[in-house]
Amino acid sequence: MATEAIGWWGVPLGILAGTLRGSAPFLFVSLGECLTEKSGKINLGLEGTLLTGAMSAYAISYLTGSPWLGVLVAGIAGMVLGLIHAWLCVQPKVNDIAVGIAMIIFGSGIAFFFGKPFIQPSAPQLPSLALGSWSHLAPVQSALQICPLFLLGVAIAPLMQWFFKSTRWGLVIRAVGDSPDAAKAMGISIPRVRMLCIVAGSFLAGIGGAYLSLYYPGSWTERISSGQGLMAVALVIFARWNPIQCLYASLLFGGAQAIGPALQSIGVNSYYYLWNASPYILTLAIMIITCSPKRTLTGAPGALGTST
Amino acid sequence: MINRYNWRTTLEAICIPIAAILFSLVLFGVFCAAAGANPLAVYGSIYKAAFGNWYSLQNTLIRAAPLMLSSLCTALPARLGLVIIGNEGALVVGGLGAIATGLALASAPPTLVQLAMALAGIVCGGLWIGAVGALRYYRAVNETISSLLLNYIAIALLNHLVGGVMRDPSSVNKVSSYPIPEIDMLGSIPGTRVHYGLIYGLVACVIAYFLIQRTTFGFAARIAGGNVRAARIAGLPVGKLTMAICFLAGSCAGLAGMVEVAAVHGRANESLNANYGYSGILVAFIARHNPLAATIVAILLGGILASGGILQRSHGLPDATVLVFQGLVFLVVLYSESLYGRLAIFKERPVSPGQVPPTPTNDQPSPAPV
Repeated sequence: MATEAIGWWGVPLGILAGTLRGSAPFLFVSLGECLTEKSGKINLGLEGTLLTGAMSAYAISYLTGSPWLGVLVAGIAGMVLGLIHAWLCVQPKVNDIAVGIAMIIFGSGIAFFFGKPFIQPSAPQLPSLALGSWSHLAPVQSALQICPLFLLGVAIAPLMQWFFKSTRWGLVIRAVGDSPDAAKAMGISIPRVRMLCIVAGSFLAGIGGAYLSLYYPGSWTERISSGQGLMAVALVIFARWNPIQCLYASLLFGGAQAIGPALQSIGVNSYYYLWNASPYILTLAIMIITCSPKRTLTGAPGALGTST
Repeated sequence: MINRYNWRTTLEAICIPIAAILFSLVLFGVFCAAAGANPLAVYGSIYKAAFGNWYSLQNTLIRAAPLMLSSLCTALPARLGLVIIGNEGALVVGGLGAIATGLALASAPPTLVQLAMALAGIVCGGLWIGAVGALRYYRAVNETISSLLLNYIAIALLNHLVGGVMRDPSSVNKVSSYPIPEIDMLGSIPGTRVHYGLIYGLVACVIAYFLIQRTTFGFAARIAGGNVRAARIAGLPVGKLTMAICFLAGSCAGLAGMVEVAAVHGRANESLNANYGYSGILVAFIARHNPLAATIVAILLGGILASGGILQRSHGLPDATVLVFQGLVFLVVLYSESLYGRLAIFKERPVSPGQVPPTPTNDQPSPAPV
């Protein structure tokens, strides 16, 4: 492999490449979760949505030969799961965290059930843009291969920020999440807004799943998501419910995920599994540092985690 | 006087979960029919594989033992109002602690080794979830997410240790730790193939029930779960309660890990994270966090888990079918939570004692408490 030619430079380059490749699922799921949580509900089930999205995108891409159709279907599959979650969440006395856990089990069950025949065959993958063609070094070129879907996610982040800040719909969502009573007084239907937010958020998470199976790692296996959907939920807390910061946090997590493989590529094999766990350890450390028992987090939607 | 008509509430607490499970069975049947299998035959196979004969019943009980223990990891903190789903992690860490102790003490008398392994499992699992409680209390870290992250960290730790210092070089296909000696393994209950882990599970559930329902400690925990501010004003040590309950919860799941290591596998490898943790969460929620109900639910769910293989062999359904079924049951049970107090038939009726109701209007259900 050409990585040997550039020696230790392979580590930062590997991490950069891994960041550009691996952060897109975090980005899509955290943006979806951000939208959901802004309306005052938590969707832990995005892990199941991610898996279902990955499976349906791969299956559709294999059956029709069109990866972009697969991406669309993944989003729609996510919306269906989101609809179940949303409908259950707005029932009285139903705990949204518990529904999320149930949706993880149900979503992964659905994904493994229908995905079984698609583990072997290989489906057409999404194309990539070669942004590294200026360099004559092969590792640099391969590191700068970027999927258009990732760029789409990067574009959605500021768009969502603008949506929350400057549009009437954004205001409605923030009102429902921050102060349901005030929203009710404005004549807004709280369940309807929350259901729409959960469904739209699940659409984004489904697309994140499509990225997993159709670009990187680019195959369908039952271990493909390995908890990324859940990490994205923690990531939203770290990003203070701000879409732009979700983007930065996703890049950080994608980078952390790439440390283990990057070290392995230059022959450092010790602590391989522990390095692979670094995103989880990082999430936990960040939560310990940023949370405090004395105050609620700045930016947290007021109704989050309450039963209203 | 108040207790006189409570039977309706009790009936409600029994009928709604049973109706929920029956309804999810119907939904599952529709799902199987859509996937091209005959639902009635599938029900028959599940029943046969789970409880059909003595052999399959023993299989079910072997699976129920870790489920009972791991369900307590969710059920106990739920009384404090905490949603902890770190069962899988605590189970893995407990198993790791047990195997390390078992290997270190290999020359000691078997009873001592088994005792030390159980203790190690309890302490490791307990500290693992106890840390979640401490983070919750001192740093207000969301316990659901932190316990989930710890699951993945525990599995990484397992892979690291089993693939490194503990690795048995003779295990090629499935990387494993060195096995503990045959003599140190937990035996079976006489006359059966079911190991003593089942006894551990039953005893732990009964103890947990009495601890929560019949002691001042449990009472304090329930108060703190109901209203933290009131508990603080009453002078209850909320922090200590949180950590104590979390330690106990983790120790139960840790013991489940020890049982898996010492009674089933005899060594630590990746079969230690066989989803008993996640199924344990389901058991706790179906049982509505009641430890005694958890024993029955664990046996039911153990049966369903045991039927995964036969669904694949005789109906051509993938083994994930069991996962779909679990998810369906979980969703329907959660939906059924919203039905409590909404069905007229279970509402208590205002009848003044010793007095004949003057008009039939008194038989009308009272309005639901808001």
